[in-house]
Amino acid sequence: MTTATRGAVGTAHTRVEGRDKVTGAARYAAEIPFADLAHGWLVLSTVARGRVRAVDTDAVLGMPGVLTVLHHGNAPRVDSDFIGMLGVPPDPSAALFQHDRVAHLGWPVALVVAETSEQAREAAESLVVHYETEPHDVAFSAGRESEGYPLDGHLPAVAEKGDLADRLAASAVVVDAEYTTPEEYHNPMEPHAATARWEGGRLDVVDSNQGTSWVAGELANLFSLDPAAVRVRSEHVGGGFGSKGVRAHQVGAVMAATVLQRPVRVVMTRRQMFSLAGYRSPTAQRVRLGADADGRLRVLEHRSLNQTSTVHEFVEPSAAAGRSMYAADAHHTASRIVRLDVPTPTWMRAPGEAPGSFALESALDELAERCGVDPIELRVRNEPAVGPVSGLPFGSRNLIACFREGARRFGWAERDPRPGVRREGRWLLGTGTAAASFPAGVGPSTAAVTAEADGTFTVRINAADIGTGARTALTLVAADALEVPTDRVRVRIGDSDLGPAMIAGGSTGTRSWSWAVQAAAEELRRSLVPGADIPPEGITARSNTAEAIGALAQKERHAFGAQFAEVAVDPATGEVRVRRMLGIFAAGRIVNPLTARNQLVGGMVWGLSMALHEEAVRDRASGGVYGADLAGYHVAAHADVPHIEADWVDDPDPDDPVGIKGIGEIGIVGAAAAVANAVWHATGVRHRNLPIRPDRVLMAGGDA
Amino acid sequence: MPPSTSSDLTLSVNGEKYTLTVDHRTTLLDALRERLDLTGTKKGCDQGQCGACTVLVDGRRSVACLQLAVAAEGREITTIEGVAEGERLHPVQQAFLDLDGYQCGYCTPGQICSAIAVIEEHAAGWPSAATADVRPEAGPPPLTPEEIRERMSGNLCRCGAYVSIVQAVARAAEEAVA
Ligand code: FES
Ligand code: FES
Repeated sequence: MTTATRGAVGTAHTRVEGRDKVTGAARYAAEIPFADLAHGWLVLSTVARGRVRAVDTDAVLGMPGVLTVLHHGNAPRVDSDFIGMLGVPPDPSAALFQHDRVAHLGWPVALVVAETSEQAREAAESLVVHYETEPHDVAFSAGRESEGYPLDGHLPAVAEKGDLADRLAASAVVVDAEYTTPEEYHNPMEPHAATARWEGGRLDVVDSNQGTSWVAGELANLFSLDPAAVRVRSEHVGGGFGSKGVRAHQVGAVMAATVLQRPVRVVMTRRQMFSLAGYRSPTAQRVRLGADADGRLRVLEHRSLNQTSTVHEFVEPSAAAGRSMYAADAHHTASRIVRLDVPTPTWMRAPGEAPGSFALESALDELAERCGVDPIELRVRNEPAVGPVSGLPFGSRNLIACFREGARRFGWAERDPRPGVRREGRWLLGTGTAAASFPAGVGPSTAAVTAEADGTFTVRINAADIGTGARTALTLVAADALEVPTDRVRVRIGDSDLGPAMIAGGSTGTRSWSWAVQAAAEELRRSLVPGADIPPEGITARSNTAEAIGALAQKERHAFGAQFAEVAVDPATGEVRVRRMLGIFAAGRIVNPLTARNQLVGGMVWGLSMALHEEAVRDRASGGVYGADLAGYHVAAHADVPHIEADWVDDPDPDDPVGIKGIGEIGIVGAAAAVANAVWHATGVRHRNLPIRPDRVLMAGGDA
Repeated sequence: MPPSTSSDLTLSVNGEKYTLTVDHRTTLLDALRERLDLTGTKKGCDQGQCGACTVLVDGRRSVACLQLAVAAEGREITTIEGVAEGERLHPVQQAFLDLDGYQCGYCTPGQICSAIAVIEEHAAGWPSAATADVRPEAGPPPLTPEEIRERMSGNLCRCGAYVSIVQAVARAAEEAVA
């Protein structure tokens, strides 16, 4: 494998679309003008379970500007019985208006389309829908484990090795603790939005999503169209975090554009996103660790339960987090689901790893305390040589290097391990650490690179830049492979007509696209004769990485990291303030240090937010989320976020042509545990339920 | 005759006058985005909770989703499209670009408009909840990271680019006094 030679990769580069973003010129999905545009407004159910008996469309159709009302009685048919590009069927709430069943509060029951958004909104809010209501059940708790069942997701549900009871009996120390995490919502800053129209016999959709190849494929399947007859564009995307796939808004826009034969835009409101855009399921987890007196693990048992809807199975594989982390004679992990009358959860930044690492890395901190071993030393003692469950070799594993570098920079050596002994005025101070890991995956992609007659190069790759800096990273990768300066490279992304490519998800985007771009660019460079004229149409080389990726040997491929946090806790008010965080990562080759640092810190901010703020509470009476908006659902704001540093150790992936592993998710993993462990160190109280709210700190008391 | 549900009005945006007929229900935010094609101002929540729609109204920062277009007549409105001087970026814009004060960019116009006003509010001596000494004679407090964070807290960034946003605001503020 060759690595790039010109040094663009690895050097800080401001975003190539940066000027457009700071001047407001960058247009997001709802901002592309269309002549004759109509506006759709979704109507969501006000009951949590039952049937739609009737939709009183007459009164609403007479309102000014109203063009149509789509509902289960008149909507075009769609086919949702397919497995899409990512190996899963679509969320049933996106297969709009195909039957009269209501599966959860906020189930889409109608789409009102009008000339203006004001007219559509008023008509949607005036639409009377009659329901036959049935009793609903949204009460998730650990107590429901017996009703649940294991489910394989992107990881197997269950992995078992060794005799649990026997090894527990042989353990000198046993930690047995239960943990919970609440419903969490992605809340990308840009709400889901799509405009659909028929143009020259093709369906043309301008959307905000994490992969237009993926979304175009789903729409072709849903509407039984030739894939070549669907084009989806998504140039600038205001965040995704796992929520931006096929959802009700695109399907509604396509239906209305088909019925009305004019362009229709559907934008979710922030409140609708709490019913229609997916979320991270609450989890109830139990971790049992058995160890020798010196902290060497004999038992690692991790069981997790999450909720899903009655219409779709989704597992949050929280228990799988430990399978690649720590060796133990008996290693038992299982992720289960229980079905309730709730919306279907989905992938959200580090699905499985984020809540799973909170439980597992908190339990390890408890074990360190019980054994009287430093938490970092405990992890060193349990470092495996090969995959603890799989037995496969690691691609590269530099976890301990992260801890050593982090400990040095954080000042860990001076830490007094005793909890509850540091005071500064009204504050109790503490520090904590935790490990992070996330799979380093890759998906097949195609790319084309063209040498233009004017001496520039055009890269065509259907990547999605949802804030990751992918457009810029790919510019650097292409420049190095072509051996030209970055300003001669133009990268076009976000258009399904560019050809199939991986999505921005699972931390695989930049790695998958870079592989394809580098392959095409190198092929082009080899084929160009120095000094020869380039024809007006340019010279193009193409790549498809499917075969090379299929030939990758099976290994434990992961990014790793060490998280550190310092907190201050006011025992009189229960307030927890994070004072500083440091994350050191071994996450493959870092393409653009400027944007990579920002993204890793962003993940750590998510971890802080998960530890202290984020919680959607489901009302058992209505079945919906209380305060389903950004005032009721707290995400970390400026004043919550201290100076946070992220850095990395050298860790190029030996089997990736550019050396990339992916960095989108590793930043959140372990971060909440580091904060919770620091709160214990400050107060002497373990917090096993997130978020660590002031009332929980007060109720738990402490050494104050 | 049914009561009229729309009005003719003139909006003054970025120094230009726009005459249009608006539905009375139209917010200033929707008027900018849907009617004037000034889509730089973003809609993150449409209910005053995120700051993505922050614009300057008569020089003061204000969320455009919580005011009606008809109430904005006679005010001088500045949006993200109006803060640069021609090709020369405003120092706050330049600092966001150089220091990577964003990721997806969707909160960015609101953050930048807010930051421009924060620097002016601070220079004019306005205290914040993070200000230790709020007596008028104490003068403007140092614009520390804590001050910037407190004053910028109405602008959410879900990408979590807060650390580099604060650095960008601090740099632009330093340039403003230099
Ligand atoms: S859109 Fe106005 S504050 Fe969120
Ligand atoms: S840059 Fe994405 S929300 Fe702030």
